[in-house]
Amino acid sequence: MKFGVVIFPGSNCDQDMVYVLKNIMKQDVVELWHKSTDLQNVDAIAIPGGFSYGDYLRSGALAKFSPIMKSVIDFANRGGLVFGICNGFQILCESGLLPGTLLHNDNQKFICKNIYIKVENNETVFTSLISKNRVLKIPIAHGEGKYYADKETIKEMRLNNQILFRYCNSDGEVTTEANPNGSIENIAGICNKNKNVFGMMPHPERASDENLKNIDGKIIFESMINTILSKI
Amino acid sequence: MSKEITYKTAEQLGLNQEEFNQIIKILGRTPNFTELSIFSVMWSEHASYKNSIKWLKTLPREGEQLLVEAGEENAGLVDIGNNMACAFKIESHNHPSAVEPYQGAATGVGGINRDIFTMGARPIAQLNSLRFGNIKLDKTKWLLKGVVKGIADYGNAFGVPVVAGETFFDESYNTNPLVNAMSVGVLEKGKMISAISKGEGNPVYIVGSSTGKDGIHGATFASADLNENSADDLPSVQVGDPFQEKLLLEATLELAKTDAIVGMQDMGAAGIICSTSEMSEKGKSGMKIYLDKVPLRQKNMEPFEILLSESQERMLVVVKKGKEKIVEDIFDKWDLNCKIIGEVTNQDKLEFYMNNKLVAEVPASVLVLGGGAPVYEREYKEPAYYKEYKKFNINDVPVPDDLKQVAIDLIRNPNIASKKWIVEQYDTMVGTRNMETNFPSDAGIVNIKDTDKALSLTVDCNARYVKADPEKGTSIAVAEAARNIVCSGGKPLAITNCLNFGNPYNPEAFWQFVGAIKGMGAACKKFNTPVTGGNVSFYNQTQIKGKIEPVLPTPTIGMLGLTEKQNKMSMAFQHKGSMIFLIGESKNDISSSEYLVSIHKIKESPAPYFNIDEEYKVQDVTQKLIQNKLICSAHDVSDGGLFITLLESAIINDLGFDITSDAEVRLDAFLFGEAQGRIVVSVLPKNEDKFIDFMIKENVPFSTLGHVTKDQIRIDDESFGFIKDLKKEYFTTLEKLINK
Repeated sequence: MKFGVVIFPGSNCDQDMVYVLKNIMKQDVVELWHKSTDLQNVDAIAIPGGFSYGDYLRSGALAKFSPIMKSVIDFANRGGLVFGICNGFQILCESGLLPGTLLHNDNQKFICKNIYIKVENNETVFTSLISKNRVLKIPIAHGEGKYYADKETIKEMRLNNQILFRYCNSDGEVTTEANPNGSIENIAGICNKNKNVFGMMPHPERASDENLKNIDGKIIFESMINTILSKI
Repeated sequence: MSKEITYKTAEQLGLNQEEFNQIIKILGRTPNFTELSIFSVMWSEHASYKNSIKWLKTLPREGEQLLVEAGEENAGLVDIGNNMACAFKIESHNHPSAVEPYQGAATGVGGINRDIFTMGARPIAQLNSLRFGNIKLDKTKWLLKGVVKGIADYGNAFGVPVVAGETFFDESYNTNPLVNAMSVGVLEKGKMISAISKGEGNPVYIVGSSTGKDGIHGATFASADLNENSADDLPSVQVGDPFQEKLLLEATLELAKTDAIVGMQDMGAAGIICSTSEMSEKGKSGMKIYLDKVPLRQKNMEPFEILLSESQERMLVVVKKGKEKIVEDIFDKWDLNCKIIGEVTNQDKLEFYMNNKLVAEVPASVLVLGGGAPVYEREYKEPAYYKEYKKFNINDVPVPDDLKQVAIDLIRNPNIASKKWIVEQYDTMVGTRNMETNFPSDAGIVNIKDTDKALSLTVDCNARYVKADPEKGTSIAVAEAARNIVCSGGKPLAITNCLNFGNPYNPEAFWQFVGAIKGMGAACKKFNTPVTGGNVSFYNQTQIKGKIEPVLPTPTIGMLGLTEKQNKMSMAFQHKGSMIFLIGESKNDISSSEYLVSIHKIKESPAPYFNIDEEYKVQDVTQKLIQNKLICSAHDVSDGGLFITLLESAIINDLGFDITSDAEVRLDAFLFGEAQGRIVVSVLPKNEDKFIDFMIKENVPFSTLGHVTKDQIRIDDESFGFIKDLKKEYFTTLEKLINK
């Protein structure tokens, strides 16, 4: 399976994503430069974390105007698989591929630490191997990670099973204390209506290498690869 | 600037009469203002080390592990095997941070990372060592919040994880905080880019950000005392742009893979003049530079402003003639400035032109350390307090009745309590190399991907010990750094240092500096950790209403170690029922401990017990215990003493401990004393006999302390509480103090 990892100026989790997909998941990976529009026939596209174009305006606000994003949006609209982590999630929201937006964390600070999440819908490409009662320990690292959408949107997302992950405690309880950034309804990750575009704030690529003593994030990549390979 | 140049002008720029005469002698004429400005920054302490170099040269700077000599390149370079090398360095940004904590700290981070990637090494880890005043002061809170946010915003965007650090509060830093930042990078051995210029006719490029008026005379600013008017010096503080730095990093590393470069140096203190002169001096060459070709972000900049500007995120690159297109294409790809501003000549002469007019002409060599820059021997004198401190007698201090309360008070002490509030603002995991996130250790452990090795990294200095006894205190700083590396499973390799002291013209402050160098040298020899370079920051003292208050002398040690991944060791107790042992000996000593200072309010005492040979043996045997898989945790005894060490080991996995004290030693000294050369280890019951046999064979003192419990803390059969309650105090104290 061939993954494309988009690289914006200011991306800084791009090589971490490439490393996990290539060296750990043993998949083909190509880098997609922001100035290009060529997607190189990839099967899925990852938009990694970082500070695209410096993110001095609003996270992800400039990235959506880049040449590569035009192609990514076309690709997604044709049903192609696209997932964004952290800044990638912000960019997907800014681009209109995902509903809602990411606001400054409630404490107005950058937060980097391990948190716990729980899958809500495990019938998507991105979550198919994750059992419902499993709690995943995955780190977050963001200043603007408070997910927000208006009531109507949230209601619709619920109806369409678009909420994929919620922040929880280590026992799997979705509580206010377990919500690290003030996200509405503890939302940590969502997908679009068609279930082919997915974004999450926590970093599964930071929890996929045995050397780091936490491989809880690996199952998200495994789910994707497993579903797609079974379709080919 | 047609103003007449006299000694008065020189004096205003921070030069003395002797230096002014020397400049006239070198040039054979009176310098113009631009030239005088050049000398003033290049001969400032910050750039020339004129007051410290004599002593720095006495440090051990050789070892088979070193790939470049100390001070030769932008940072030290150490062989780490697998055909790889590690570049690392620590630097201060104290004075800018005192005036503008956010930008001061941010640009400190930017500067030290540039030192690493200008050599062609990709930074993979950062550390920092911070000192602030009394945490109850609003000023301290403002400085702390600003500095931490500055480090976080810059480093997080730049994308290099913070893997270790320290933060310490003492009122001597009330108005002069210390911000020391360290960066660590790796590269393929033999692929280093040198900071050299040579080859007549080769083009000289400036790349990266445009040049503005920020930071002019910053090097001179850093070499003067801070006073109440220092806020007026705001333009001396640079402004950082981590996004530009990230682009510059990627472009530079791409450039490093080509064969187009002769040499490269980042622009830090003293800007263009510093990199042109240092690179030229190194290649025994000269340069013609056309200042009007430098991309500017402001109008009406004078030649001296362009030369001295400390605008961030810039590099000077000397390119092989004919390979210009390779360089220009790379910088175009990254949308960065890349302009030819001059060429290399074959004389020892720097010529600066502005609109075809020669505005300054100076020899390169005379500007540079090791060339013609002045070298001074400063006078030093033992201060009266040194002998006074030694008069301290532990018997004059009563053992408090309620040691449980003392324990709680220490946990609530900002120097002891968890620094979580600070650390969580840093991205500690980007790069997916931080092996310590889920495996807490005494040192940062950084994975070198696809090898069986990792780097161990730490920064250490207990400045109270250094004040009490500069020589012994600094030896302790080196020993503690080595101890931390060893406890994490590593082998100490080399150090970088950041020497934060008072005014070198004050003989008593300089006495502290001299003692620190002697102590550092002795310890570095013992632990075979040569000095690869570093930074001196003098003038860390504040004049308030005429009275000079020096900071605690703070020679921060940044140490690099190498770890076989299979040997990495955690500081955390792993299992209930494990036996707990102390390697080294408990001493009847509370000197310079946090306990003595904060509970008894006694600052006047000598450095704690330290014996370098015993220390070496303790560390050596701990390395062997780890290699033989006889222990399952190791944590050194340092600030707060044995009790805090045990607590920190227990807290991570929510365990407790049950120990018995040593009848030979006062209970307060046993629990809270900071005698050096001690490591707490835990051992599985099945390995207990093997452990004891091994220790007896190795002939290193050790004692049984007790065992790991489910959740209660017991000392001599008395309960000191439950881990979950103490844990809460430990993790929430700092935030509470800051938000008070």
